[in-house]
Amino acid sequence: MLELLQYDFMRNAILAAILASIACGIIGVYVVVKKIVFISGGITHASFGGIGIGYYLGINPLFGLIPFSLLSAIIMGLVSKRTKVAEDTAIGILWSLGMAIGIILIYWTPGYAPDLMTYLFGNILTVPMSDIYLMLGLDAVIIFVVYAYYKQFMALCFDEEFTKVSGLSAEKLYLLLLCLIALTIVLLIKVVGIILIIALLTMPASLSRHYTNNLGKMMYLAIIFGVFFSLAGLYLSYVFDAPSGATIILAMSTVYILHFLYDGLKPKIAS
Amino acid sequence: MENVIDLKDIWVSYDGVRVLESVNLVVKDKDFLAIIGPNGGGKSTLLKVILGLIKPDKGSVSLLGGMPAKTRRYVGYVPQYHSSNLDFPVTVWDVVLMGRLNTKRPLQRYNDDDRNAATEALKTVGMLDLKDRQIGELSGGQKQRVFIARSLVNKPKLLLLDEPSTGIDSRMQKEFYELLNKLKSEIAIVMVTHDLSAVSVYVDKIGCLNRKFHYHDDKEISSHDLEVSYQCPVELIAHGVPHRVLKEH
Repeated sequence: MLELLQYDFMRNAILAAILASIACGIIGVYVVVKKIVFISGGITHASFGGIGIGYYLGINPLFGLIPFSLLSAIIMGLVSKRTKVAEDTAIGILWSLGMAIGIILIYWTPGYAPDLMTYLFGNILTVPMSDIYLMLGLDAVIIFVVYAYYKQFMALCFDEEFTKVSGLSAEKLYLLLLCLIALTIVLLIKVVGIILIIALLTMPASLSRHYTNNLGKMMYLAIIFGVFFSLAGLYLSYVFDAPSGATIILAMSTVYILHFLYDGLKPKIAS
Repeated sequence: MENVIDLKDIWVSYDGVRVLESVNLVVKDKDFLAIIGPNGGGKSTLLKVILGLIKPDKGSVSLLGGMPAKTRRYVGYVPQYHSSNLDFPVTVWDVVLMGRLNTKRPLQRYNDDDRNAATEALKTVGMLDLKDRQIGELSGGQKQRVFIARSLVNKPKLLLLDEPSTGIDSRMQKEFYELLNKLKSEIAIVMVTHDLSAVSVYVDKIGCLNRKFHYHDDKEISSHDLEVSYQCPVELIAHGVPHRVLKEH
């Protein structure tokens, strides 16, 4: 296995796995404890429109993705909170709308879209050094904002109504959190792709909840789980010659399901 | 001193359905008012109007002498039992400190003043021993005490409680109302409830709300008031003699 590390693409893949796990460990915890998995899925899929814009304009699709996913996050947050449309309906509509925009723009782009599959299903082995720097920058932004707003986010996720009564703008905080989810999606897209992101965002965080009652410790644990599973998946992808995005999710789901089967079989202690 | 709450001619409707109709209410310093009424009678809406979370179609709201959006940070608010996410990974201590959040900017940490205030509030409600427990591990009555501690940590002038007795057994309820009784010597308390029996002993004033607000400046309510509010005959049961609430009937 060590000889693998000689390859640049392998070194980048390992760096990408670590950088992605940091973002998804921190933000995934909020997604899980605030129970906003569905809206996160909506932002993820709608962001495909940004990939389409990138291709159509002939720029790096990640630069189409960043503004578009931030915009989708804000629109989704506002529509689900302010309009009379039921929240899940609104998310469902925007989810498909973003994808439709992406499909049309890619169809209109002359020639064929190289590595389109990478954005849909991820391919951690093709992450260039420039993307690693971008991921590093996004991680720094996410860590800084969460450090600054840790208490505020905790209150928002625990009790939104109380947060509002305390005189904080719960809506602005919620939109900020959705924007961080959007940035996390940008970080994760090369690793597992749009279709599989939601698993990476939820499983490490949900697993970590079983080992601690502390929000901060949950984040550290989720990062460790994320790094472990993505490296394990990467290794499996090499051994079985299978797409890395899928092997990462498979490795994670297997452990997750076994964990809960084992948990379910243990005699229940009355709490 | 100015009134703690002053509502004048409040009207609220949702999608054309009228929820509050010409509600007037004055609460003075150190009042203990219970608002009772059937489910769907507008009790929670009224609390949200007081806090400025719902803007009335008509009427004026004054809270601690100002606009609720500005002054509600000086109010201790204890929301309904189920409104918060109880399986959430926080301890009692974290929850109580949350009450000080309105004094913090991003990046600012909690300081010794905050920690002293939290310790003080937990002592008042008798929960200091359990400060490291996860919130979901507490019983209904203990959670309710923690939420009261969170609302007390800023030394509020007014405590607003939404259905505080939900999820508490009757022995706990007695302790809980005794805690409120202790607090009322210092601050005004407004409590919304449909638990008629528990209300009677400790409160000073009772109002009945079912779209319209029936309110007397004392704690006697007549069966007529209750019938108008609940729109069905209500059996009145009086409690212990020194605290008789209801007229003999």
